[in-house]
Amino acid sequence: MNYSYTLLIPLIPLVVFLITGLFGMKWKPVVSGWIGTAGLGLSFLLSIVTALSYFFINHPGEAGFSAITPMNIKWLAFTDTLVIHLGILLDPISVMMLVVITTVSFMVHIYSLGYMKGEKGFARFYAFLSLFSFSMLGLVLATNIFQMYIFWELVGVSSYLLIGFYYTRPAAVAASKKAFIVTRFADLGFLIGILILSFVTGTFDFDKLTQPGTSIFDGSASMSFMGLSVLTWAMILIFMGGAGKSAMFPLHIWLPDAMEGPTPVSALIHAATMVVAGVYLVARMFPVIHFQAPDAQIVIAWVGGFTSLFAAIIAITQFDIKRVLAFSTLSQIGYMMLSLGVSGYGGEEGVGYMASMFHLYTHAMFKALLFLGAGSIIHAVHSNYMYDMGGLRKYLPITHITFLIACLTIAGIPPLSGFFSKDEILVAAFQNNKTLFAIEYLVAGLTAFYMFRLYFTVFWGKERHYPHTPHESPLVMTIPLMFLAFASVVSGALPFPHLVSGDLKPFETEFHLPIAAASVAIGVAGILLAWILYKKESPLPGQIATNLGAVYKTVYNKFYIDEIYLFITKKILFNLISRPVAWFDRHIIDGFMVGIGTTTEKISHRIKGLQSGQLQHYGFAFVAGTLALVLIYLFLI
Amino acid sequence: MIQGIPIYHFLVVSTLMFFIGICGFIIRHNLITMLMSVELILNSVNINFVVFNRYLFPDQLQGHFFTLFIVGIAAAEVSVAIALIINIYRRFNHIEVEKVSQLRF
Repeated sequence: MNYSYTLLIPLIPLVVFLITGLFGMKWKPVVSGWIGTAGLGLSFLLSIVTALSYFFINHPGEAGFSAITPMNIKWLAFTDTLVIHLGILLDPISVMMLVVITTVSFMVHIYSLGYMKGEKGFARFYAFLSLFSFSMLGLVLATNIFQMYIFWELVGVSSYLLIGFYYTRPAAVAASKKAFIVTRFADLGFLIGILILSFVTGTFDFDKLTQPGTSIFDGSASMSFMGLSVLTWAMILIFMGGAGKSAMFPLHIWLPDAMEGPTPVSALIHAATMVVAGVYLVARMFPVIHFQAPDAQIVIAWVGGFTSLFAAIIAITQFDIKRVLAFSTLSQIGYMMLSLGVSGYGGEEGVGYMASMFHLYTHAMFKALLFLGAGSIIHAVHSNYMYDMGGLRKYLPITHITFLIACLTIAGIPPLSGFFSKDEILVAAFQNNKTLFAIEYLVAGLTAFYMFRLYFTVFWGKERHYPHTPHESPLVMTIPLMFLAFASVVSGALPFPHLVSGDLKPFETEFHLPIAAASVAIGVAGILLAWILYKKESPLPGQIATNLGAVYKTVYNKFYIDEIYLFITKKILFNLISRPVAWFDRHIIDGFMVGIGTTTEKISHRIKGLQSGQLQHYGFAFVAGTLALVLIYLFLI
Repeated sequence: MIQGIPIYHFLVVSTLMFFIGICGFIIRHNLITMLMSVELILNSVNINFVVFNRYLFPDQLQGHFFTLFIVGIAAAEVSVAIALIINIYRRFNHIEVEKVSQLRF
């Protein structure tokens, strides 16, 4: 099977970006929108074709999938062995990511035709969306870690541009800068990790790195640093890059603020695709992490587990509807990381790897749906805050139904897709580490609770006085909602264990009835609790918050992590390091340079009279000089 | 070798010409006279070349040829200088070198 057409999947958005970016302002804005949507639609179709042909038509059976590289161009050759390629790598996870990215991106393109209608910078918005789609597709198709790094940064730039889309709002500008700086800081670790890894192994290529039983790591066995092997350090640093992009604790602070961007952007970048790039990176490097750096894998598991609990607790107290969803995203990505952290390599042991990818897939669908639904609500009531909403189910019937489906999916109610993927993660955690299982089990309940708190407050509760009567969104916005709701319902039926696994071989999973029943039970319990507290306007939530006092306040302020960051940067870094360094720069370095300049200027001011413009002065000086030299020659030497 | 005239006589003449040229170049105010002074300097050098060639290496001709070259180049230099002087005259209506001192600090 020839897959060389897959090159078009990232290239079409690139071309669309160039066209709409360069000529977008000359046309009516809606033309750019249609060009962008059509381009992404084409990529979407090609991805579906690729996935169908890779997974189903050419299913290899028991032998297991193989990685295909339809093209690989030599780009930079440092030495004979250290060569950087640019190419396309097709294997189960990259093909799955193609489907996820193009589906969500296509839906967001369609949705934005309605949501962004009449906004200033409509064409610019579509150009950036295409740029993002190109970068993200390039990232998942990368054949080597260096190519991945390039696209990784491109993704960061597009995210920065889109968060700061409303560049006249100071909050948006601050949020975009924060996102860029935090992820950039994490990427520093990623880059160092890449350098260490390539120094040890002499290669960047994934197919060489992830070969089980490969000998390229033999040379590194003796190297260690601070009690951990060099490879463990490299993997922890690479994971740091992934943690920055995926907003894992403690690098999560940029994601809630990133909600300042337009809502479709939040759905595409900060829920479904870019933030799972870190999970994808860890999955990509999984054989290396699992076999060469087991300590790093433990770190990944605990960071993921902690983040999921931490974010779920914060999500309960937030009132900005998009921030609730942002913390929910953090929590779900924590699930995926944890699942990779507890996974084995192949077969029944490797259920965590499969579950992580499965959850990535289903999460992309239902979280994009939740965000687009939130966008539809915001579009109707012109507010982000839950206390401005209530009783909206009468006004927004389609949004209501699709939002309910998404909430049920994330709460893990069978037979919706979230149930299957979350269940597999719980199974993987249960088999490996009971503490982490307990955390995840608790988080499952919290998830159901905070999602239904949101749902009941917005769609039931007390009806507010709206400035205008809220109305259902136009069809271009509701069709993506319906499509994604459909995907959220049915994607649980995908035979993921047959398609995605750590060792590329299909395997069978057993159905663990007790775990499934328990997870459904806690999900339902969470929903019931939310029903009691928020179905009707009741004073109970407020009383609970007052009784919790300081605890509630701490959680509401996100455990003051932002304040801690500000304290460290502003008070400690700025005052103790930056200010003295700046003083040294201004006074010593600059002073030295300015001194050289002023001295030269003063001297030249003194001697400028020599250039009098009188030709005969020059002639006289010349003759006198010559004579002097002659005299010196005659009498002194 | 010219009978009855020692080499020193020629050298005295050329040295006198040289310093007269330099003095003229430094002292005179008129650009044309300055140009004439430069010609004097060049010709004093020419005399030196010819004389040394004649007295020291009578069977060779390098000095003569050098002189011819210098004469040719001097002609070219004069044409350039005259062109400059004409332009200066057109612009300032005089050729006083002391008053043409715009090119300075």
